[in-house]
Amino acid sequence: MTPPQGPLPGPSNGEPPSRRDAPARDAPAPGAPPQRERRSPDNPERLYILTGEDSERAPSTLVTLIVADGEAAPTAQPEHAAVLRLCRTPLSVAELSAYIALPFSVVTVVLTELLAAELVQARAPIVRSALPDRSLLEAVMHGLQKL
Amino acid sequence: MDYRSSKSTDTITGPRSEDVLPHTAAAAVKVVIVGGFGVGKTTMVGSVSEIRPLTTEETMTEAGIGVDDNYGSESKTATTVAMDFGRISISEELVLYLFGTPGQERFWFLWNGLFEGALGAVVLIDTRRLEVSFDVIGRLEERGVPFVVAVNDFPDAPQHPVETLRKALDLDLAVPIMACDARRRESSRDVLMTLMRYLHSLTVARV
Repeated sequence: MTPPQGPLPGPSNGEPPSRRDAPARDAPAPGAPPQRERRSPDNPERLYILTGEDSERAPSTLVTLIVADGEAAPTAQPEHAAVLRLCRTPLSVAELSAYIALPFSVVTVVLTELLAAELVQARAPIVRSALPDRSLLEAVMHGLQKL
Repeated sequence: MDYRSSKSTDTITGPRSEDVLPHTAAAAVKVVIVGGFGVGKTTMVGSVSEIRPLTTEETMTEAGIGVDDNYGSESKTATTVAMDFGRISISEELVLYLFGTPGQERFWFLWNGLFEGALGAVVLIDTRRLEVSFDVIGRLEERGVPFVVAVNDFPDAPQHPVETLRKALDLDLAVPIMACDARRRESSRDVLMTLMRYLHSLTVARV
């Protein structure tokens, strides 16, 4: 990924030293920006979403668009009724979470139930693939130009 | 579960009428804005968003170190990760979401799918405190998330030539670096345009 670089000068004349020569934090040159050190690709930290091991298979991401496909029954749980009311027009899961003031994973649980009951539709996001879709990027650029 | 923060569902107000997406909205894409505490991420989200920025959150638990730590589950600590986000309607069918946060970015990278699904990222930097962005740049590299670097132009921030910054941040030659004013809509828009052009160039380069 990193293109090969030629030999770089050591710290002198206010130049920030290269990561490959010496760590800058030991002897920062006056006026030079601090030097980032590239890390080895290991990631020992692990966090788990509270809803547990289902997160990989969750039907929704933050930017999945949800649209109601039916009305809430009078006996529906308040959260279900709220989602159905908010999603008369498409709304992302992130927006739902913000408006209902519940964590993302809790909203996901509610949506799983509503999807199973066929009361909402989910419109999956377009995610970055190994080879991004050029026409998608062109569409985004076109839209940004209108801002 | 009892969520003290949850509002009574009767009082929930949805999007303002002008913030409603058309029924034709078929898909969304996202871009994540990172860069460490206080560099202006939320400002950037707010300056280009068509909606008032919203906040979503997720509760996560940090497991003890070690794979076989089955006995220490009571020692897990719960962390609430909050994210601000905004929205730009690209067309009748396509919506762009921008995520940025004032909070602890370390936890974002453990939020499954947050970065994996993003088209790319903007690393916003403040040259007065360049080092606060080192961690996120490393994490983006580890994840293989393409990014551009935007230097938020604070009036009293030291000016460094682009190549000095590139060297200090140890960036690949292809990674764009640009100045911006995160408070200005056009400037933030230009940063996103630069990101899209960069992503586009990556697709061309791979052919």
